Amino acid sequence: MQRKMVTIDGNEAAAYVAHQTNEVIAIYPITPSSPMGEHSDAWSALGRKNIWGTTPTVVEMQSEGGASGAVHGALQTGALTTTFTASQGLLLMIPNMFKIAGELTATVFHVSARTIATHALSIFGDHSDVMATRSTGFALLASNSVQEVMDFALIAQAATLKSRIPFLHFFDGFRTSHEVMKVEQLTTDDLKALVDDDLMLAHRKRGLNPNNPVLRGTAQNPDAFFQSRETVNPFYLVTPGIVQETMDAFAKQVGRQYHLFDYVGAPDAERVIILMGSGAEAVHETVDCLTASGEKVGVLKVRLYRPFSVDHFIQALPKTVKKIAVLDRTKEPGAVGEPLYQDVVTALAESRQNGINPFGENPVIVGGRYGLSSKEFTPGMIKGIYDELSGETPKNHFTIGIQDDVTHSSLEYDPDFRTPEEKVFRGMFFGLGADGTVGANKNSIKIIGGETDNYAQGYFVYDSKKSGSMTISHLRFGKEYIRSTYLIRNANFVACHNFEFLKTLDVLGYVVPGGTFLLNSPYETDEVWDHLPRNVQKYILDKKLNFYNINALEVAKKTGMGVRINTIMQTCFFAISGILPREEAIQKIKDAIQKTYGQKGEEVVRKNFNAVDQTLAHLHQVSPPNQLTGSEQSHALIPDSAPKFVREVTSRLIAGKGDDIPVSAFPVDGTFPVGTTQYEKRNIATEVPVWVEDICIQCNKCVLVCPHAVIRPKIYEASYLKDAPESFKSVKARGKEYTDSEVYTLQVAAEDCTGCALCVDICPVKDKTNVSRRAINMEPQLPLRETERANWDFFLSLPEIDRNRIKQGTSRGSQLLQPLFEFSGACSGCGETPYVKLATQLFGDRMIVANATGCSSIYGGNLPTTPWTKNEDGRGPSWNNSLFEDNAEFGMGFRLTIDKQAEFARELVHSLKKEIGAELADALLSADQSDEPGIFEQRQRVEQLNEILDRLSSSQAKQLRSVSDNLVKKSVWIMGGDGWAYDIGFGGLDHVLASGRNVNILVLDTEVYSNTGGQASKATPIGAVAKFAFSGKALGKKDLGMIAMSYGNVYVAKVAMGYSDAQTVRAFMEAEAYDGPSIIIAYSHCIAHGINMAHGLQHQKLAVETGQWPLYRYNPDLKKDGKNPFKLDSKAPKLPITDYIYTENRFKMLTKSMPDRARELAESAQEFVNEQYKHYKYLADMNPAKAEQ
Amino acid sequence: MKLNTHYLGFELKNPLVPSASPFTRDIDMVRQLEDAGAPLIIMHSLFEEEIIHEDEELDHHLTHGSESYSESLSYFPEHPDYKQNCELYLEQLTAIKKVVSVPVIASLNGVTTGGWVEKASLLESNGADALELNIYHVPTDPTQNSAVVEDLYVEILNAIKSKVSIPVAVKLGPFFSSLPAFAGRLEQGGADALVLFNRFYQPDIDLEALDVMPGLDLSTSADIRLPLRWIAVLSGQCKKVNFAASSGIHTAEDVLKVIMAGADVAMMTSALLKFGPEHLSKVREQIVEWMEEHEYESISQMKGSMSMETVLDPKAFVRSNYMKMLNDYVYRSKG
Repeated sequence: MQRKMVTIDGNEAAAYVAHQTNEVIAIYPITPSSPMGEHSDAWSALGRKNIWGTTPTVVEMQSEGGASGAVHGALQTGALTTTFTASQGLLLMIPNMFKIAGELTATVFHVSARTIATHALSIFGDHSDVMATRSTGFALLASNSVQEVMDFALIAQAATLKSRIPFLHFFDGFRTSHEVMKVEQLTTDDLKALVDDDLMLAHRKRGLNPNNPVLRGTAQNPDAFFQSRETVNPFYLVTPGIVQETMDAFAKQVGRQYHLFDYVGAPDAERVIILMGSGAEAVHETVDCLTASGEKVGVLKVRLYRPFSVDHFIQALPKTVKKIAVLDRTKEPGAVGEPLYQDVVTALAESRQNGINPFGENPVIVGGRYGLSSKEFTPGMIKGIYDELSGETPKNHFTIGIQDDVTHSSLEYDPDFRTPEEKVFRGMFFGLGADGTVGANKNSIKIIGGETDNYAQGYFVYDSKKSGSMTISHLRFGKEYIRSTYLIRNANFVACHNFEFLKTLDVLGYVVPGGTFLLNSPYETDEVWDHLPRNVQKYILDKKLNFYNINALEVAKKTGMGVRINTIMQTCFFAISGILPREEAIQKIKDAIQKTYGQKGEEVVRKNFNAVDQTLAHLHQVSPPNQLTGSEQSHALIPDSAPKFVREVTSRLIAGKGDDIPVSAFPVDGTFPVGTTQYEKRNIATEVPVWVEDICIQCNKCVLVCPHAVIRPKIYEASYLKDAPESFKSVKARGKEYTDSEVYTLQVAAEDCTGCALCVDICPVKDKTNVSRRAINMEPQLPLRETERANWDFFLSLPEIDRNRIKQGTSRGSQLLQPLFEFSGACSGCGETPYVKLATQLFGDRMIVANATGCSSIYGGNLPTTPWTKNEDGRGPSWNNSLFEDNAEFGMGFRLTIDKQAEFARELVHSLKKEIGAELADALLSADQSDEPGIFEQRQRVEQLNEILDRLSSSQAKQLRSVSDNLVKKSVWIMGGDGWAYDIGFGGLDHVLASGRNVNILVLDTEVYSNTGGQASKATPIGAVAKFAFSGKALGKKDLGMIAMSYGNVYVAKVAMGYSDAQTVRAFMEAEAYDGPSIIIAYSHCIAHGINMAHGLQHQKLAVETGQWPLYRYNPDLKKDGKNPFKLDSKAPKLPITDYIYTENRFKMLTKSMPDRARELAESAQEFVNEQYKHYKYLADMNPAKAEQ
Repeated sequence: MKLNTHYLGFELKNPLVPSASPFTRDIDMVRQLEDAGAPLIIMHSLFEEEIIHEDEELDHHLTHGSESYSESLSYFPEHPDYKQNCELYLEQLTAIKKVVSVPVIASLNGVTTGGWVEKASLLESNGADALELNIYHVPTDPTQNSAVVEDLYVEILNAIKSKVSIPVAVKLGPFFSSLPAFAGRLEQGGADALVLFNRFYQPDIDLEALDVMPGLDLSTSADIRLPLRWIAVLSGQCKKVNFAASSGIHTAEDVLKVIMAGADVAMMTSALLKFGPEHLSKVREQIVEWMEEHEYESISQMKGSMSMETVLDPKAFVRSNYMKMLNDYVYRSKG
């Protein structure tokens, strides 16, 4: 049968089968598995049917724990049910997995295997999550490629029904889940042929039903449990056989034959590598290469890891094997070895013990770790392992791919070893996230995969920033099946879509001699050469590259494409690469454009067509003069004044050379220095704000809203200006509190700015002679870069203002305080970071932060650099991220320590009163720390105390010395997004609120799971389209504030900086001052709203003015004075809700996809808002005194 | 009483027509308009500018920030079939056609020949009984002289007339150097009716915010003077076209006046927005009352009875009108 070839990624392949072979799907977002849920949600919303002709129900739960519970329940009532997850999500499912397996329930969980967070979180791939489920009783089936994902998804589904053993079908996160490959798509007939209807009916029949009541899930005693547990043995014993039968049936139906263990290599191999996952494909490729030159090597791919069939395993190994390396993509510290290694050792030992030893001599078995967190695993490394096996005593418990200079576990290897590549086209494309390069490359792969008989593979690498990020696309095409599950390192085609990359990256280091280099430059062909850095020119000449140049931005501008050069560069690629005849290629590009953009409108299609047509006239081959005319590239250097760690480690991470850093250079426990973003001058803004000092009113609103803390004010004595650079600006400080000799400067860190322009949008000043000019305006960055660098450095040398002089509770005053959160990797125009920054300005020097996993933990804690920083005194926020689900509890733990140790410190001060001196002791114990001067004085007292304690030698004195710091008020902040606070972490958050402990909770409410790409949460408002809410959210946003208020002793505030910065600052001050739990729910506009981020604050304002986001503060302290604790800070809605929602794509797109539903939901939204306002107004108008009567 | 009149080839049971307005976005309102006696329905405009803007906006927001960061490769679910404004408009047209028995006129608003011709054909094939072209062009280019501007209108009309066989009305603004000559060109170009006038919304300035604000003032009866004059002038000159008076029609008197000046129909929006669809029946009743009181038999009897062609003193519609007012004013102030 002719099956359709499709070019898809691993997630889509898994979801394709899962959606068609299940009735219920319970989902929750987690990278890298989220797309499986997203596909399923979208397909169900569009009515796609499963093989029994009904549309599966897809439901999002509040956590993976919840998803697995729902799965368990749906299974127990007889529905074919599945879920998708990874990493921490899988861990949360483990309790239910034990139950599901214990009850012999057929299901398949599809897992894109991802690293479990230990000393750090990682979103990338390894098997640490899957390995943590070994004891659950699930069968574990590994897919190594996108094709296998589709095939094994079906094999698992068929085998689970037959065996009644639940299956965990896994494949490598990112490497397989996100790799785009041309694969053969199984047909519905294939699915029907493999999934036995009778078995499905039997599964359904086992479901709980009052017509045939049974009881499952008993509690058992020592007399019964053990025996009951052993009843399942026969099922496990037959499962490997069932899986093999299913694989055979699959082969009969589809033609691809798999085995529980697939051996590839020399029939008489002496050295064999055993592993599972995508790495097996790279080993397969390397084995093909090595055996071709006569080496006796082979690879055993483990498919069914649990139940582990010793018999099948022994049979699959070549009898000639002498040495075995078992590779695990996980680490189990303290174990004899990693899991697969241990299983192999045990299997061989057991087999021998049973008298089966077909190998003559006992093979030597060593174990090794590779590829943790998607670390590259290349043919060079693989050959290194085979080479090690050639030795007399190969190293055991080795690592490969890193340099372990501490315990010397790592193997040496030749990084330049390559498998034959001449038959494969290898292209690398360096682009910016914003320019559409990846999207265009995905289209190219589809074109080549779909229109030629080539196999096609695409893999995409992104950096860890959310603004100005770089992407590298790795594309392979060839007539033969592609097994290269590693990045391209010697491309025959390199395209650099951004000229600036040539200055910082070794772009042409990756191209082979005689290869092709396509450059998008801002220069015309006849002038481009002289602008190239000298090392680039040298590469071009030395490697004799075919060099093509285009000014793609110019073409994009002319054709109305803005900065999206994707279509233009894609056209160039096809024109030069010759993969398809030029005319045909152009037609195919246009077809792809029609397919991609057709549904979004004719104008978009027309513009793209025009861009394609205009491209070729602007694309030229450059004939390089045979001389080096370019200037030597001076790389941005880390200053010598930077800390050693930054110079030696951070700098290499920034430069993209992290793979070369040895083990010894890293901290042993995941502890990193703060304040390192300042060394990563990214220069990503094309325009930056410029201050107009003579019309500025010094309101500092621009400072407050700046998401990256690049706009800073200072007030200082004019005398400091004597050393100022010529272009440094200052103006007399406004305000009665400042003297005549004090001046004000607003300085921009031009090299750290992302160019979002929120500052310009919020500026209340308009130039009286030309209203288009504000007191701050965007201007091109490049001409300003040098002068502003000098100005910024000078600005930093100016003293910070004395905190005690400032009215901190005002938005203007608060902004004179130094932010201790700067230059984060957040999106340009981020709506969250201004709140985080504000907290650090007000409380940063005594702040400790628990940060839920999500956007804020990524822009706050993702290497290479961290935005959390410290002041001149060395004080600043101390930060940690535990998990997604436990953040409130984690932060409460901070408070418990501080409270306990403060209590102990006070006890000790009492006991040591004589030694300390009564006056100081009393002052320490009775200090009023309700404001900044009070805290300042207490800090001085503690210093005094410490000096005294340092002279004392008693054990009590030593104890006090180590906890005395807790006598100074500390501020505990628990931060995270709505996914955490409303959904996965709500239970813990609720408990912490109920604890009465003095913690401050900041909910950065973007109304969607932003970090994982915009899935709906319970904070998502009615009518908003989000992933997992494809048809628009039907129900209203949960009123988290009202829930918190119900305790009566919790400070609650709802804020939106864009409507009232004064209310925001007041709420932060009150929340922190309140001696009990506080929660601030902060409207955070977000890229996932589909808005122009430069106007994010206007959206905030509209949200408040339409009543969608009412502002209030609930302060329990007011009750003590007989006042109403609830104060409504926003006015009655003055605009209809549609005036707000239809300015945002998340709402508006529903009017395009489902207009009738959009109308209905808009009406519901209006009703919701009206009701909400009535309720709040009622609360605000309550008179507590009267109520008591 | 014979209230019937003819417009765009349709015999209408009365001359009071609700003009293009947001009412037609809502099927219930359309029903109410017909129940209140609307002799035809003119749909809200399909805006060319809006179509282009929304296409680009949707594409921008669906791609903005995508493919930049590993965890969030996109921010929205991709729908395989977004409905374009035009599609939604066509669906609404079909829905309106289903619920009303009076003719339905589709309205196109734009400035280029670009997408119009195709859209016009689509509207025709989806059941529009006629088209109203609302050509919204505010010239700001100093190199574009009046002839170029007029040519633009005529080109659009020609292009559309060559593609559709249903009647086409052209809605104009009042700002032309010589309306009679230009109206003549449109008549020659095949316009079946002229709608006078489009009330271009004039922007305002917000003194506090120093912003340019959209001005959305509703008309008053005083605004009928402009269409009144020009219909009086043109109705005798362009005999092959129908005239619709638009702007300032609020009362029965307003309707009677424009009919007398030569209009075939009077179009009402502001008053309907203010008082609701039932205002149509109220005004119609008042027309009947007035006609009975003044012993008129039919609308056709009075149509054009006070055009420039028919009045005793045609100059009253031109400059002397202005002179006369000034004289009266001087006289009164002296008195």
